[in-house]
Amino acid sequence: MATRVFVPADTTAASVGADRVAAAIAAEAERRGENIELVRNGSRGMFWLEPLVEVQSDIGRLAYGPVTKADVAGLFDAGFLKGGAHPLGLGLTGEIPYFKNQQRLTFARVGLIDPLSITEYEANGGLAGLRKAVAVAPVQIVDDVKASGLRGRGGAAFPTGLKWQTVLNTPADQKYIVCNADEGDSGTFADRMLMEGDPYSLIEGMVIAGLGVGATQGHIYLRSEYPRCWKVLNEAIERAREFGMLGDNILDSGKAFELEVRLGAGSYVCGEETALLESLEGKRGEVRAKPPVPAISGLFGKPTVVNNVITLASVPIILGCGPAFYHDYGMGRSRGTLTLQLAGNIKYPGMIERAFGLTLKELLYDYGGGSASGRPLRAVQAGGPLGAYIPVEDFDMPLDYEAFMERGAMIGHGGVVAFDDTVDMLKMARFAMEFCAEESCGKCTPCRIGAVRGVEVIDRIKAGTEPEKNLQLLESLCDTMQYGSLCAMGGMTPYPVVSALKHFPEDFGLKENHNPEN
Amino acid sequence: MTYDTNRIEAIIDAHRHRPGATLPILHDIQEAVGYVPEESIPIIADALNLSRAEIYGAVTYYSDFRMQPAGRHIVQVCRGEACQAKGGCDLEEHAKRSLGVDFHETTRDREITLEPVFCLGNCACSPSMRVGDEIFGRVDEVTFDEVIRDLKSNRGAN
Ligand SMILES: Cc1cc2nc3c(=O)[nH]c(=O)nc-3n(C[C@H](O)[C@H](O)[C@H](O)COP(=O)(O)O)c2cc1C
Ligand code: SF4
Ligand code: FES
Repeated sequence: MATRVFVPADTTAASVGADRVAAAIAAEAERRGENIELVRNGSRGMFWLEPLVEVQSDIGRLAYGPVTKADVAGLFDAGFLKGGAHPLGLGLTGEIPYFKNQQRLTFARVGLIDPLSITEYEANGGLAGLRKAVAVAPVQIVDDVKASGLRGRGGAAFPTGLKWQTVLNTPADQKYIVCNADEGDSGTFADRMLMEGDPYSLIEGMVIAGLGVGATQGHIYLRSEYPRCWKVLNEAIERAREFGMLGDNILDSGKAFELEVRLGAGSYVCGEETALLESLEGKRGEVRAKPPVPAISGLFGKPTVVNNVITLASVPIILGCGPAFYHDYGMGRSRGTLTLQLAGNIKYPGMIERAFGLTLKELLYDYGGGSASGRPLRAVQAGGPLGAYIPVEDFDMPLDYEAFMERGAMIGHGGVVAFDDTVDMLKMARFAMEFCAEESCGKCTPCRIGAVRGVEVIDRIKAGTEPEKNLQLLESLCDTMQYGSLCAMGGMTPYPVVSALKHFPEDFGLKENHNPEN
Repeated sequence: MTYDTNRIEAIIDAHRHRPGATLPILHDIQEAVGYVPEESIPIIADALNLSRAEIYGAVTYYSDFRMQPAGRHIVQVCRGEACQAKGGCDLEEHAKRSLGVDFHETTRDREITLEPVFCLGNCACSPSMRVGDEIFGRVDEVTFDEVIRDLKSNRGAN
């Protein structure tokens, strides 16, 4: 029998040479007459070990990494196909502490299976949720999602079941399920990993959503920065249709759901749900005033569920294993697991799925191993470019929506970007304003003009021009943006700016702790 | 004109029946021609029953679309925070200096257009860059130079 060898086809694994390693392994096996089956899986999410090669053995999957093309012949010499010892050997993948100490529900199959094999998908728990969903009444599906406590993973943490209930309750001749796969937040890549590593879980989640609210058409709005996802998703949709997971007779239930992927075009604001809908309609991605919420009047004016990739991909487990199973994970009002993405200046960057409640400190040091540079960490930015900078003193915060909110921070999509002590926080504050100026949709003045002014004012502070006056100006500008903007783009850009100023006043030429709230 | 108007018509025909077809059409035209030619705007507008202003508005709104030809290769360097935390700003400076262009500009030999990008979802192996559909991680000045050299030497390929 052929030995199964796994080399991820994940974007990040490929960005550090996984495709070259896969080709070298195939060529070397051929040359040596070894019978192997090369599987291009998703990533296990331990990115400092990529390219991570795994070999199927009697006792489980054995890992080697990080492997370069030049290591391949040596791995064969060491008999890695039989689990032979090699300096790059890491033992059983499942026993690597970083991986072992996770609670993988949504990511259970990512990295484990051949992403496009429906057979493997099903053999590893896939389709159980959909089988249940086709057999029950729509309201039962919505009730299960409500009871699970699932909240949106795209940033706003809105209860998913409530949103679905609204769509279910709004009569219309056509309803839509829209998957927000715009993943614009820097420092985040969980959506991408999931779509590349287990696309059927997203498809299954969207079909269940459609059955739950009475929608027959779905759209995945994918950012154009993800070319590999685009290919995987299109291929997966085609195969799902052939299999009967999509189409007009889902799993022989007589129920229908169709799905297509659309590409974004490089606009961050198009991740905001109403701008996303405008974009799907073929227009400029400008934010719509709410109300009406998309659940009542969304795509082409029809009731629409807009949910993040991880939100939707978590639904099959809730249906399959029951809402109580999912609800048992987590703390307070943050139920289930959180898919954390650890990046930036960190020794062990990766994706960590855990129940809510882990502290930042545990995440950064126990998993992350501290900075990559070996210097002390100074700050992290959580929740993407609109998220606050958090100083070391606050690393004891548990990862919980409410705990973060209490300290003026947010978890958002679960990205945590680490910076060591060489970071210049004035520069990061300036970048936040620059990013907002660049990406503003232009609809409201506080955001459009405020961000441009913000950059100028920070430049004057840096130059030492009337610093007191300009700091006051910056604060009042942030205030105007925060309270006068139509959406969180302008409304939350002050978070990174004000938090930088508050926690790192010395970078702005101030000596004492500068608390803008006092 | 270096492009084929029939090709543009064929692209429009392939999508015009889809609701909200503007972006798929623009993407395909840009893929085929390298940019969205001014002349294609009234054709798209007619086909979709929209005004020219609406199509023009969409083309200019999205940073992916360009109305002028770019260099033979588009090189995007990530400016996101996770890349900045690992020396992304130095890479940006190196890219500009070594190519002799600023962002949104094309080298004099028309080989390379340099563009910024805000996150490639490759943040766990930052800093990152993208050329065509290929994404590169843990990029330092040496790898950047290698990538550029490969692009320039590989004159036939795209
Ligand atoms: C400027 C801005 C950008 C956003 N970008 C994204 C994004 O890339 N992905 C996402 O899922 N949600 C994003 N959101 C949140 C969406 O508006 C929306 O809350 C989300 O798609 C709802 O899905 P969920 O309830 O499953 O999280 C963004 C919001 C704002 C204001
Ligand atoms: S805050 Fe900015 S992005 Fe949001 S609607 Fe206003 S101008 Fe547009
Ligand atoms: S911040 Fe550069 S790839 Fe995400």
